[in-house]
Amino acid sequence: MAEQSRRDFIGLALGGISTVGGVLALGAMKKSWDPLPSVQSAGFVSVDLSGMNEGEMHTVQWRGKPVFILRKSADTPSNDKRDIRIGEKRFVVLIGLCTHLGCIPSYEASSRTFKCACHGGVFDASGIQTFGPPPRPLDIPPFKCNGETIVLGEEGAEFQKMTKKA
Amino acid sequence: MAQIKKAEGFIDWLDQRLAVKAFMRVMMSEYWIPKNINFLWAMGVVLIALFAVLLVTGLLLLMYYKPDVNLAFDSVNYTIMQEVEYGWLWRHMHGVAASATFLIIYIHLFTAIYYGSYKKGREMIWLTGMVLFVAFSAEAFSGYMLPWGQMSYWAAQVITNLFSGIPVIGDEVVIWIRGDYVVADATLTRFFMLHVVLLPLVILAVIAVHFYSLRFPHVNNQDSVELDFEAEAQKYKEGRIKESRVVPFWPVFLSKDFFVVGFFMTFFFFLVCYHFDFAMDPINFEPANSMKTPAHIYPEWYFLWNYEVLRGFFFDIGGIAAMDIGLIAFVFANVVFFLLPFLDRNAMNTAPAHKRPAFFVWFWLLIVDMIVLTVYGKLPPTGVNAWVGFFAAVVFLGLFIALPFITKLESKGERQ
Repeated sequence: MAEQSRRDFIGLALGGISTVGGVLALGAMKKSWDPLPSVQSAGFVSVDLSGMNEGEMHTVQWRGKPVFILRKSADTPSNDKRDIRIGEKRFVVLIGLCTHLGCIPSYEASSRTFKCACHGGVFDASGIQTFGPPPRPLDIPPFKCNGETIVLGEEGAEFQKMTKKA
Repeated sequence: MAQIKKAEGFIDWLDQRLAVKAFMRVMMSEYWIPKNINFLWAMGVVLIALFAVLLVTGLLLLMYYKPDVNLAFDSVNYTIMQEVEYGWLWRHMHGVAASATFLIIYIHLFTAIYYGSYKKGREMIWLTGMVLFVAFSAEAFSGYMLPWGQMSYWAAQVITNLFSGIPVIGDEVVIWIRGDYVVADATLTRFFMLHVVLLPLVILAVIAVHFYSLRFPHVNNQDSVELDFEAEAQKYKEGRIKESRVVPFWPVFLSKDFFVVGFFMTFFFFLVCYHFDFAMDPINFEPANSMKTPAHIYPEWYFLWNYEVLRGFFFDIGGIAAMDIGLIAFVFANVVFFLLPFLDRNAMNTAPAHKRPAFFVWFWLLIVDMIVLTVYGKLPPTGVNAWVGFFAAVVFLGLFIALPFITKLESKGERQ
């Protein structure tokens, strides 16, 4: 009987320690797959908006993603929840990856829409989906306004206000 | 401890130490296969031959391939294709064999469905086979990423993004899988690891279990007659070969298999030498560019049916987003084949489909529907194409939902 319980104890101890070790090892493996610190801190991008003309669309790269910056022309419908106002100018800043499966939509100036070639998704000039499979509007990257320059990656007051409304 | 004597020869020396004669008997010369089977029963051995081709050509490619975003494209398209002697041959064989493997897997799979080889004791063969299908799919997907062309990149982007459909943690899971916010260097190197080490190990292990699971229920036959294997084997061993309804795996059955393998490999090398381009998408000869999506993205032909089920649902239904319906349908399509032995409610009837009228219709509808899905999966999803895709996807889901009812009715009909 005593023999049996001693064996049980050894068995349980071995099983317990192996389980703890296994779980810790799995945790370490999970972390090895995480993005590296150098990838996570992949910089902040500053973009000068002062030189952009009405209706002009620029694409910049931020953390490996395309970001669309569009200066809306006067006749483009405004969207108070998504427009960035700098003086009289209105801009939209959007992450240029279709919210369906991550293809890059292209801007069609004549219809003022972003069109995704992969599965036919369409977004209006403010990035709101109007047709096809996209489940939500194009994402707005964190940004901060410094006069007529915006910094992508930093969360400024305008960005926080925008995300609160949405 | 065995009694070791002075060996009478090399085989005897080995036999005393490794029991090679008993091993050969169990695995080969006394492993009994029914006589009434046709060439469709040779697909397993064809797959083994193709896997060997993939392994050997893969080793040769591995000597020059560089899993780094700056080097990968040139290591494939310049070093391997132009500098390495016969590098082009290994690459084309590897690419064509990947495609051919899926062709044969589909034939193998539909043979099993047609002849009812997935049920009545053969469920584990079916399940391990489906695990192999998934493992080979992962192997094909990870391998497709390696040349780091535009198709490689955007297929990786789209497929990894599918995981964002997981509720709550989806977006974090995608970043975790990629090791970056987008498909990047970390992604390429880890999928390289999967492609050349982890997945091949998994595949080899599951192949072993797949073979083992075949041993007890035995190979099915084309008339689904129940054979008394021991009695039939006894007849064969007594020399009543014509009367016996079985043959040994080696040398009799394999010699027939080798003929089919030989026939198939002729076709394979015809493709490698004259039509290798079908496995070499022209878009993939442009280096990966994260800032430019190709106008039209599609997977290799063997994933098209699945892809069409995913994108077939292009409008919201009842407040559920189109993307979520597509994802649910996609997951359903990938899981439902696993469930086939349990969806079939007439488990004891293993007759071939042409002796089961309702099941026969179901089977051919499934084949036609999957061909339609495959064809429309490659076409742009606009106008009428989108609707054909939608209806074909609905029919696909409907067929599997209908299967339990069809087979239940069938079993009722038989009892009367």
